[in-house]
Amino acid sequence: MTETSDAEATRPIRVLVGKPGLDGHDRGAKVVARALRDAGMEVIYTGLHQTPEEIVEAALQEDVDVVGLSILSGAHNTLVPRVLELLRQQGMEDVRVMVGGIVPEEDAAELRRLGVVAVFGPGTETEEIVRFTRSCARGA
Amino acid sequence: MSLGKDILQGDRRALARALTLVENQMPEADEIVREVFGHTGRAIVVGITGAPGVGKSTLVDRLTGHFLSLGRQVGVLAVDPSSPFSGGALLGDRVRMEGRGSVVFMRSLAARGHLGGLARATPRAIQLLEAAGKDLILLETVGAGQSEVDVMGYADTTVVVVVPGLGDDVQAFKAGILEIGDVFVVNKADRPGADQTMRELRQMLSLGPRKAWQPPVLAAKAQSGEGIEEIAAAVLQHKDSAERNPEVGTRHVREAERFLRQALADQLVAHAVARAKAAGRWESLVEDVARRRKDPVWAAKELEGGEERE
Repeated sequence: MTETSDAEATRPIRVLVGKPGLDGHDRGAKVVARALRDAGMEVIYTGLHQTPEEIVEAALQEDVDVVGLSILSGAHNTLVPRVLELLRQQGMEDVRVMVGGIVPEEDAAELRRLGVVAVFGPGTETEEIVRFTRSCARGA
Repeated sequence: MSLGKDILQGDRRALARALTLVENQMPEADEIVREVFGHTGRAIVVGITGAPGVGKSTLVDRLTGHFLSLGRQVGVLAVDPSSPFSGGALLGDRVRMEGRGSVVFMRSLAARGHLGGLARATPRAIQLLEAAGKDLILLETVGAGQSEVDVMGYADTTVVVVVPGLGDDVQAFKAGILEIGDVFVVNKADRPGADQTMRELRQMLSLGPRKAWQPPVLAAKAQSGEGIEEIAAAVLQHKDSAERNPEVGTRHVREAERFLRQALADQLVAHAVARAKAAGRWESLVEDVARRRKDPVWAAKELEGGEERE
């Protein structure tokens, strides 16, 4: 089911875009944040060098529908499961988690198995990310 | 189980959920606010306003740290603009906030087309934070121009932040944002022209009528934390002054009538529109106004006058 533009106007999708870990390259995260904003969503951008704890606390306080994690450092195998675990501890299993960055396919498969709804690699069209975010935020 | 009760017990998730309901103007929000309203009105609300890039978010972060060290329960509401085209928003005020875990509750609000520098949900968001036990709320406006002055209506104390070199002294005499400050902060005070900006502001303020509270003009370097203690002290002094002097006035007096008017207006409008629609008159009146056959004031009077008019 697609939502009407009416629902979109009164109940904007809220997305947190954050960069856990130590890499200092946030261009990708900013491009995605901008694309989601232009698609009518409210994007909480948390900036660089966030711990999983900080990201999950921000997601809780901001009551987001979706968390997007941008990771280029290669530390996704520790950072992403930690975020998922903390969300579970807070009873926030309904919050969808997407990952963007450089993630080898076998790692991506494992992250999906753990509950990540999508892993977007380099070269992904922003339209695809927008479409996916919208569909999973509206209870897909 | 009710969200209202959970909020009163300090449940952060319930608070976050309720804030969303309030922002989205869902009917459940009315229930929650009714449940907690008796526990609101207790916090000191400090408005932080000023042009984009003057350092509001950094100042909010440093004030948060300082008020925490004074034993305050701090809540933060930060408003950013919504896109007039997509309705979306990039809410970036968390970037400047130091991670303090669950000690501080911060919520980013999109203005969602509301003018005046705040979001429509602001007063209710303040009430929910108060119900959750926050006794000091920092309210950061969108990057303000000259007439985003709503914050003064919601805050106990309004802090206006400026930086050196934003224009000649005529700018300081214009009406609007420079009239609403209870405390003025010249941030980035190590920049050239800071002394001149301080002087011009003080001069502008000294030309106004003598009041029980004379707004101080304080220098700060929020980035390094210089001047933060003085700003916090001025905020608390202003609060004391407002409580002792009826002339200064607390926000509770200012806002009570406005809350009532707003609620009444919302209900009357909703009622009138529903009645006009039920009677099949709404669409034709909208059409009449669109085609310039009737002006909106006359059309509204016609509706208000009821059916006997036609």
